Amino acid sequence: MRITRAEVEHVGRLARLALSDEELDSLTGEMDAILDYVEQLKALDTEGIVPTAHAVPMENAFRPDEVRPSFTPEQALSNAPDAIESAFRVRRVIE
Amino acid sequence: MTIFDLTLAELRAKLDNLELSAVEVTNAYLDRIATTNPDLNSFITVCDETAIAEAQAADQAIAAGEVAPLTGLPIAVKDIFNTAGLRTTCASRILENYVSPYDATAISRIKVQKAVIIGKLNMDEFAMGSSNENSAFGAVRNPWDLEHVPGGSSGGSAASIAAHQAAAALGTDTGGSVRQPAAHCSVVGLKPTYGRVSRYGVVAYASSLDQVGPVTRDVRDSALLLQAIAGYDSADSTSVETPVPDYQANLTGDLKGMRIGLPKEYFIEGLDEDVRKAVADAAATYRDLGAEIIEVSLPHTAYAVACYYLIATAEASSNLARYDGVRYGLRDENAEKLIDMYMQSRAAGFGTEVKRRIMLGTYALSSGYYDAYYIKAQKVRTLIRQDFLDVFEKVDTLLTPVAPTPAFALGEKTDDPLQMYLSDIYTIPVNLAGTCAMSLPCGFSEKGLPIGLQLIGKPFDEATMLRTAHAFEQATEWHKRTPNFKV
Repeated sequence: MRITRAEVEHVGRLARLALSDEELDSLTGEMDAILDYVEQLKALDTEGIVPTAHAVPMENAFRPDEVRPSFTPEQALSNAPDAIESAFRVRRVIE
Repeated sequence: MTIFDLTLAELRAKLDNLELSAVEVTNAYLDRIATTNPDLNSFITVCDETAIAEAQAADQAIAAGEVAPLTGLPIAVKDIFNTAGLRTTCASRILENYVSPYDATAISRIKVQKAVIIGKLNMDEFAMGSSNENSAFGAVRNPWDLEHVPGGSSGGSAASIAAHQAAAALGTDTGGSVRQPAAHCSVVGLKPTYGRVSRYGVVAYASSLDQVGPVTRDVRDSALLLQAIAGYDSADSTSVETPVPDYQANLTGDLKGMRIGLPKEYFIEGLDEDVRKAVADAAATYRDLGAEIIEVSLPHTAYAVACYYLIATAEASSNLARYDGVRYGLRDENAEKLIDMYMQSRAAGFGTEVKRRIMLGTYALSSGYYDAYYIKAQKVRTLIRQDFLDVFEKVDTLLTPVAPTPAFALGEKTDDPLQMYLSDIYTIPVNLAGTCAMSLPCGFSEKGLPIGLQLIGKPFDEATMLRTAHAFEQATEWHKRTPNFKV
């Protein structure tokens, strides 16, 4: 086994996914099979190879810091599940 | 000959000489969508009202002599593009009621030419899939055989063009999501070089791999649509400031001195015999047209799928963290605590494959595994990219299959995610390398299912790739075949 059910449960919490018992069972088997498959990468010698994070070599992209048109508060809130005045509303987090 | 048989270029001529109006063309397509969509399920949203208004505006522009290449042409777009005032679901329950407040750059660029946006196309949820079976709005069916998948993730884009539900479509390609469905549906699908087309306003899956691409009837239309969307955009800092050539002017049919490489690692065990033969015949056609065919090697090909499923899932887990039920999307109202609201909203909103990839990516990025999986995969990506840079010292274009088999049956691979992932083995390396590639029709299997040919071009040299594709299309008739579906 490359991954245990307890580890899958832990990853589920990191990913903020409430997983059912059935999902934990099936994900454990599926992730184990996929991790077994990707194990082949370890056969490659990558000593001294620079990781590629981005396919096109480029420097940081800078632009002038100028005021430009942006969303109105109404636009920004147009898809909000719950809003109050110009804010998104969620349940109280501070007791 | 009906309206539906006309390419973008042919429609352009008939709109310009007033033989047809944009409203007539749009109404014809809307009627065709109404009669065919119950069988195919390729559209999530049909833009009945806005499309007619856009067509009327296009007709006025044509009457006033203000014509751009796409004015009045009915184009459907994958439901991954933000389209102001229209629903953008990404085929997910979590975005089922999301209405875009703005346009993606690819959308605003076709809108400025007064193209008609006829609808939003079905896809695999968040572009994660190779069969279009992962949609919260149901699977799309292949118009060549309704019991087979159209491919994915841009399955709706390819099926709609093959079934004549729109004149052209836009899709996105992260690991083959434009090319593989194009091959399975016998249409032309192009993935531009990373950075060629702005990703602004495209719902993100794996940001270092995602690219927008056209799905069309033929190569000329592919050039026409790419021309409209290509070029630097200040809103996407990864788009590249490099000149965009005139793609149509490059379609000369001239292949003299062209060197075409056949990578030997792409013709191995697991490649279907009908596909092998169709691609070998295509290579012979190119030889007859005057190109030189050279066997080449991309030695790290076998590692590409493993590399991809670590990098893409890692990026996905990060990108999809934004769906938390706070600012938009589904919210579980029953949760007592904020963290439960996050966890339950995401659990209710995401489908099985999306959860699987978020989990795999979160694991690959987690403490203790980051170097062993994520950084290792990025190093392998360097080797894969270098394979392509080396081979492009010897040849101008690569010729390969798009997929190892023709379209598979609905349900055939849904229980085995790894088998599904392996169906992208010939398309994934291109995204990792960041270069351009396209799929074009090159034959049919014994069972009558379409087969696609992949051409892979040098970075930012879509022009040479399109010229190579166009020459093949001129010499063959495959692209003229249409499915016997509600004709």
